[in-house]
Amino acid sequence: MGDFFTNLDRRWIFLGMGIVVALPMLLGLSFPEEPSDMVRDVFAAVDTLPEGSNILMAYDYDPATKGELEPMAAAFTRHCAKKKHKLYFITLWPAAVPMLRQNIDILESEFGDDYTYGENYVNLGFRPGNEGVIKVVVTDLKELYGNDVNGQDLQKIPMTRNLKNIQQMDLIVNVSAGTPGAKEWVQYAASKYEIKMVAGVTGVGAPALYPYVPAQLTGLLGAIKAAAEYEQTLIDAYPEFAENPATNEALRRMGPQLIAHIYIVALIILGNCIYFTDKRRGAAR
Amino acid sequence: MNRNQNVTLIVVIVAGVFLAIRAATGEFGKVYTRTETVEFTPEVQEQVGDSVKPWTIEKPVDRAEIRDAQGQLRADVHLNIQRTLGLWLAALGTLCILSFLIGDNVFYKLAEAVVVGASAAYAMIVGFWTGIVQNLFGKLMPGVMRETVLPGIPESNTAEYVYIIPLIFSVMMLWRLAPVGGWISRWPLAFFIGATAGIRLVEYLDADFVQQIAATIIPLIVVAADGSIDYAASLKNSLIVVSVLSCLVYFFFSFEHRGVMGVTARVGIWVLMITFGAGFGMTVMGRIALISDRFNFLFYEWLWLPKPG
Repeated sequence: MGDFFTNLDRRWIFLGMGIVVALPMLLGLSFPEEPSDMVRDVFAAVDTLPEGSNILMAYDYDPATKGELEPMAAAFTRHCAKKKHKLYFITLWPAAVPMLRQNIDILESEFGDDYTYGENYVNLGFRPGNEGVIKVVVTDLKELYGNDVNGQDLQKIPMTRNLKNIQQMDLIVNVSAGTPGAKEWVQYAASKYEIKMVAGVTGVGAPALYPYVPAQLTGLLGAIKAAAEYEQTLIDAYPEFAENPATNEALRRMGPQLIAHIYIVALIILGNCIYFTDKRRGAAR
Repeated sequence: MNRNQNVTLIVVIVAGVFLAIRAATGEFGKVYTRTETVEFTPEVQEQVGDSVKPWTIEKPVDRAEIRDAQGQLRADVHLNIQRTLGLWLAALGTLCILSFLIGDNVFYKLAEAVVVGASAAYAMIVGFWTGIVQNLFGKLMPGVMRETVLPGIPESNTAEYVYIIPLIFSVMMLWRLAPVGGWISRWPLAFFIGATAGIRLVEYLDADFVQQIAATIIPLIVVAADGSIDYAASLKNSLIVVSVLSCLVYFFFSFEHRGVMGVTARVGIWVLMITFGAGFGMTVMGRIALISDRFNFLFYEWLWLPKPG
């Protein structure tokens, strides 16, 4: 038996993983989520702001991490729109421009009556320069952003006409897949200028950012699990979101997560059992 | 045929049969859209002037809303050929990348090359448009840019000649491509490295050094508002302090790791291992999220399988 597993073609493991991810998805398996204190803190940071607050939506992710971060970004966008905040979309990643567009589509299709371009939201788009962009816009936005993503002069857009820099933001909401991202926003803006900030990041990036909480970062959402908890909190607070299937995208993904994690844990235990059995057998010989 | 080829053949046959059955039992792999006009409110339109006119966008239509009760295509909905082609390219690209799990093959190589090439070209184009056109030429020659590609630049904008400096630096950087005088590119490079290092040092010192030390100076015994000891918060704070100190001791090599130093360093190793384990666990979660997103795309956007619930 031990030899069978030792010599097992690894493609069977891949096939098994494919099945344990696909089946719960096809069967619609999902499980209730209990929001953690951290997720509640992030939710409260958006929710307790007075209606019409200025929020910088800094979405720094690309199609490679869309699967992990898009539900999180969409939940932030819906929550901010529900609170009728003024949203300033910006990115430090060139490939994130379509990601901004997808979030703006949410505003236009679900909150079209309350959201007008230029009055309630604006898309500043991308500027090259990585953290250098943050360094500039934190003191003088229009030095780098003379116009929005459509080439329209910011002086002519009502919500940006009197905007000098991002210190005027009441909150920075950052969804980050790496560098430049949450770390740079903390270092160059939130920490130095004491701007309130929350972030949502990939699972890989989360452990390195937890030390910033709570002094430099109000809260942090780590990976799809935290996104699902955020969606649950959003639905609990605003039950009308439960009618929109797009609002529980991360919740739907937690079914495959749970089964796949059980599969991986089982494989780790099995692998260790085989290892120690082989070791004992070798010692006996 | 070797084993790899057999496996590939079986997978291709199974996928082909599945697609044939799917095609015979209903629609799939199409994108229907509705044309919508985007316009400012009259107040905003008055402020932005005639330079920005209303424009149209193609909005994807949910497959449940494509046809009416009689099964006829709705009047305002149409099949979008470009997006349908994009959908198939995305689906086939996903399958090509996933085929690497069977073994390295030409389809994977092709998809990999397309991803790398398209990403690089996209980043270059976006960088050129936003950095060179909008920021550099838009500031240096606002009049010319207004008349040609950036009509949104206000009439009041005048040339900012300080931007000649970055223009010169850019030319010097590109000099590397010239057959002679490649050394010229080292000067702007030296400036960028120096400036970046200086800026980063200051920000790191503040955010990652001073403020992180401050965040570690916390009470080991936390007293709640009612005067009782908050044991959970006390344990959390103590763990933070012990973990930080033990990890620092582990990386302190001026003394041999023996006695108290040795025990503390060993605790530091455990803390590091637990951190790496947590990081690995989070990474696994992230990877499963990515594959479930791709399956979500293949099942529901491409194959139009019925959504549960």
